Amino acid sequence: MAVSTRNAPAADARGRRRAVPGRLRRSFGTHWYAWAMVAPVLAVMLVLIGWPLARGVYLSLTDATEANIGRTIGVNVIPSTYEFVGLDNYLRILTSDLFWDKLLWTVIWTVACVALHYGVGLALAVMLNRKLRFRSVYRVLLILPWAVPAFVAAFVWRYLYNSDYGVINGMLKLAGLGPVGWLDDPVTAKVAVIAVNVWIGVPFMMVALLGGLQSIPAELYEAAEVDGAGPWQRFRAITLPGLRQVSSTVILLGTIWTFNMFPIIFLVTRGGPGSETEILVTYAFREAFTGIRDYSGSAAWGVIILLMLVVLALGYRRTLRSQGDPW
Amino acid sequence: MTTYRSGGRPRGERGALASIGLHAGLLIAVAISLFPVVWLVLTSLKPRDGWLSSELRLFDDSSLDNYARVLTATEFPRWLLNSVLTAGLTMVAGVLLAATTGYAVSRFRFPGHRGVMWLLLVTQMFPVAILIVPLYNLMAGLGLLNQIPGLVIAYMTIAVPFCAWMMKSYFDTVPIEIDQAGLVDGLTPFGVFRRVVLPLARPGIAVTAFYCFMTAWGEVGYATVFMSQEDKRTLGVGLQQFVGQHWSDWGLMTASAVLIAIPAGAVFLLVQRHLVTGLTAGATKS
Repeated sequence: MAVSTRNAPAADARGRRRAVPGRLRRSFGTHWYAWAMVAPVLAVMLVLIGWPLARGVYLSLTDATEANIGRTIGVNVIPSTYEFVGLDNYLRILTSDLFWDKLLWTVIWTVACVALHYGVGLALAVMLNRKLRFRSVYRVLLILPWAVPAFVAAFVWRYLYNSDYGVINGMLKLAGLGPVGWLDDPVTAKVAVIAVNVWIGVPFMMVALLGGLQSIPAELYEAAEVDGAGPWQRFRAITLPGLRQVSSTVILLGTIWTFNMFPIIFLVTRGGPGSETEILVTYAFREAFTGIRDYSGSAAWGVIILLMLVVLALGYRRTLRSQGDPW
Repeated sequence: MTTYRSGGRPRGERGALASIGLHAGLLIAVAISLFPVVWLVLTSLKPRDGWLSSELRLFDDSSLDNYARVLTATEFPRWLLNSVLTAGLTMVAGVLLAATTGYAVSRFRFPGHRGVMWLLLVTQMFPVAILIVPLYNLMAGLGLLNQIPGLVIAYMTIAVPFCAWMMKSYFDTVPIEIDQAGLVDGLTPFGVFRRVVLPLARPGIAVTAFYCFMTAWGEVGYATVFMSQEDKRTLGVGLQQFVGQHWSDWGLMTASAVLIAIPAGAVFLLVQRHLVTGLTAGATKS
């Protein structure tokens, strides 16, 4: 950039210190303002995320619970009595069936939700991208679920699913079928929470993909049509590659969000029946804040979840890179 | 949008059957997307205890009884105030902090650029579970439990990386030639940012601010743990009371849900056009 030239005389004036490895200094001279701009966020993230993260990792290596952690009651300061236990928490979690059950369900939940988000979102985006009467009306109405705060949506759906006075059972009754205890049976409860999450998440995908579709030049389709490509061929050869950039971003974000999706399950089923619909995140949360609060165990769950997501993101990036994407 | 070929059938024109199919598909989708919202509004308009049946009698006995009860007989106004304060503060702090970072990441290829981008992405992956206990202890140590500023600080962990990412996408759509012109005219990089780019990015800032507000507005996990005191609750926590394990009143719940969703939805519809470009611009151009 133009600024870097201003820097040269200053560097000469401080000639004595030029012995310092040149590359780093030059880089600092050229880029100090970029760093200065990034600094506030880095500082906040360091204090608010870095420190708790480090502390969380440390807690996960101890046996801290509500009972032995240091606290202040009135004027009495009770010191911490928890101890360092190494990888015990991790071993305990990784060897428990519970963890693998929850992991399996979390993976099913994430894959099902993201696949449905993307599939339905893409279908609607393609439909909305056609020349169509009432297009903007459809668009606004389809985005509406996104405007409903997630916790409100969760409560609304819980009401719809209610087995005694929920409207879904009301409709089943009209159709001459018996009521279904939607949230009382593990299988229907799982289907139910996935449906809620799909309802909430489709608009985002639709909107993002619609933006992507509109950036594909119309000439490409015309040329393909002249060359005799059918609609399906055009979709595969132009639409899908044209959406690569958007798709890779939204699928990664969608996967992360869904994997960590807290309010839906926490509020719609409360993890029940039993803990059948509990995904890893909600389970770890409950571990930490119900009964005797198991701080160390919950931190260990958190670390495991985070590691899985980081590995996922890195693998995803590697795949994208090998296919020629910039990141 | 659709351009026409010279001569022949214009692209985008379909047979009548295809058109019917298209509209039918969209209408079904609209019905599904609208139904829960419509049902919510209708239920909230039923008289007290009307929610006990899934039957719909719209105009013969609709009443605003539920709304009156929510506003006068419950803590709802208090929770609303808490939520507005929390979300508002989160929004202001998040956008202020994140704007410069978004700009730097969008414009400068400094060493560590990729690292910062990934940091912003990775921090969005942090599950509530890992940060919540240390943050809880931190808040307890600082006496910030049951304090709105404490909750705002907790929300910074969600809002800041997210805001920076959104702002970056938006700054990507502002042509870099504008910056260069500013530099040629003798502004410093900070001057360019403050006097030239920031005013141009006002729509992007508005969208980021709104999105940030909505994130804090709808958060439940942190709020449940940090705001246990009755009069400090935010909406997401407070509403859980209406449908507790021992007692539930869906009339109150639906009425307050409508009261929460209407202003949010209205503003959302106003900004949604910008939202689309803000979110996808970065991804499509990159």
